[in-house]
Amino acid sequence: MAEPSGKKSRREFIAEGIRTGGLVAVSGALGSLATRAHSGGTVWQIDPHKCVQCEKCATECVVSPSAVKCVHAYAMCGYCRLCFGVFKDKRTGNTTTAENHRCPTDAIKRTFVEDPYYEMYIDEPLCIGCALCVQGCERFGNGSLFLQIRHDRCVNCNQCAIANVCPAQAIVRVPASQPYLLKTVG
Amino acid sequence: MRRALFQLTVLLSAPVTAWAQEQEKQPPPEFSAGYQPPTITIPGPRAELFSYLDIAILFGVLCLASYLVLKKRSRSDLRVLVVFSLLYFGFYRYGCVCAVGSIQNVTFAISNHNYALPLVVGAFFLLPLLFALFFGRVFCAAACPLGAIQDVVAQRPRRVPLWLEHSLGLIPYLYLGAAILFAATGSAFLICEYDPFISLFRLGGKVEIVTFGAVLLLLGIVVGRPYCRFLCPYGVLLRWLAPFARWRVTITPAECVQCHLCADACPFGAINPPTPAESRSRRSEERKRLAVLILLLPLLALGTGWLGYRSSPLLARMNPTVSLAERVWLEERGRVSGTTETSAAFRNLGQPNEWLYQQAAGIRKQFDTGAWLLGAWVGLVIGWKLIALSLRRQRTDYEADPAACLACARCYQSCPVEHLRLPPLAGEFYEGPA
Repeated sequence: MAEPSGKKSRREFIAEGIRTGGLVAVSGALGSLATRAHSGGTVWQIDPHKCVQCEKCATECVVSPSAVKCVHAYAMCGYCRLCFGVFKDKRTGNTTTAENHRCPTDAIKRTFVEDPYYEMYIDEPLCIGCALCVQGCERFGNGSLFLQIRHDRCVNCNQCAIANVCPAQAIVRVPASQPYLLKTVG
Repeated sequence: MRRALFQLTVLLSAPVTAWAQEQEKQPPPEFSAGYQPPTITIPGPRAELFSYLDIAILFGVLCLASYLVLKKRSRSDLRVLVVFSLLYFGFYRYGCVCAVGSIQNVTFAISNHNYALPLVVGAFFLLPLLFALFFGRVFCAAACPLGAIQDVVAQRPRRVPLWLEHSLGLIPYLYLGAAILFAATGSAFLICEYDPFISLFRLGGKVEIVTFGAVLLLLGIVVGRPYCRFLCPYGVLLRWLAPFARWRVTITPAECVQCHLCADACPFGAINPPTPAESRSRRSEERKRLAVLILLLPLLALGTGWLGYRSSPLLARMNPTVSLAERVWLEERGRVSGTTETSAAFRNLGQPNEWLYQQAAGIRKQFDTGAWLLGAWVGLVIGWKLIALSLRRQRTDYEADPAACLACARCYQSCPVEHLRLPPLAGEFYEGPA
């Protein structure tokens, strides 16, 4: 009978050692993670210089409508008389009516600044992130319209579903302290 | 031919790059009045404070689950906690970040020095493991939203035949190996991509994944927690640690009366019956088989390792950079005509092809080593399973398998000795009309 009881205590001793080791290792690891810089983690963002406006952001995001929205760098805007973000380049009848608009949800609105300039802005709840306006602005305008992941909507999936299919690998992890990659003048 | 093609692409991409550089084709107008263009609004991500709240809630749920399962032995209270976890970690937090997926972040952080592991991810990875070391798999019992959603639907569980249980039980090990390989090479987060229930939590997702989740949930009515038992890669880690637990599920509070009601009640086949006494000849036969298996183990691991190494090019192609490099290479050689969306996007960037080829070569090399290890891992897992099946533990009573037990507390209710311990039922049972 002495042998089994001795064996049991040895097994118990090893288990005790593993438990203590685990406790020390876990608290050490968590402590070092907590005290390190950038422990705040990362969020996903679109690099506008890599983005090829493939229109997948509108359909692949797990949030519906997409957490990707068009944003407008006003400082870059040329205030074109016919905004290429709003109007198709081949218009029927050269009118400014709805069939000549790029945006499928009419999310680009404008406010009057002074004749003949209008300030274009994105009505975010309407925007689906399809990048059709970005295509127009990139090709013919100043490229002041571009896509960004809006962090008030993004649920920050561990693996971004859009990043999985992005043909340009334009969706990257950025520090949560600097969550946007904005276009600037110059 | 190749040079001509290259020049052609340069010519074609030239105007595009010129546009990209010359950003202001239309100079901003001079406004007469004092018009100031507005700036871009930048709504911030979820405040860091909330991630600490998540950690605190996870810790609280784990503590409470340990108390309810091991001290209070109450299935009904645990059920409330399960529903809470399902609602909070599942439907409110959209199942992200979870302990199961955090394996990949940890791997990615180790292999990629540019990625710093966030504290909340580290905590979600480590806390359940730590609790498993002391209290068994209480994380599976009540904190995991993936387990919770299956626990809710497990209404008519049947016993899975042992041979099937053992063979399907190998899948999590392979899944873990593959997930680590793909995360370490920065190729994909497989566990997140093929998570069956996360689209349910978000109420939307890809059709294939939603179907997969629905099938698993339907299956989960008759097979207790199919994802946890036959897929979950985090369960593998918990399986390793739970047998060292200081306090674990003991089915009967006092003496086992060998009624096997608990084994019938366990929906996960995690209760082992007492072992029958064995004849001496049988034991020596088993011992021989064990020796052969132990000798075979390294051979098996080498064989499957070699197979893994052979499949490395195939696996590497799942990396987006490698597949892009192959496509660009084929295009350069004129073996394929036209460009894909991806290769066109790459050419648009104006990066030299050699840079891409170098990147791909580096990743391929990682895959060569990784696929070898993955193959050897598969062999080791299969070999070890055979060995474990040949090892026999003496059991005199019905006992919960410490590695497989999900600490759901269902068996307590089925134990007649437990009912002796509980206070007699009060209320309408005894107070009938006079």
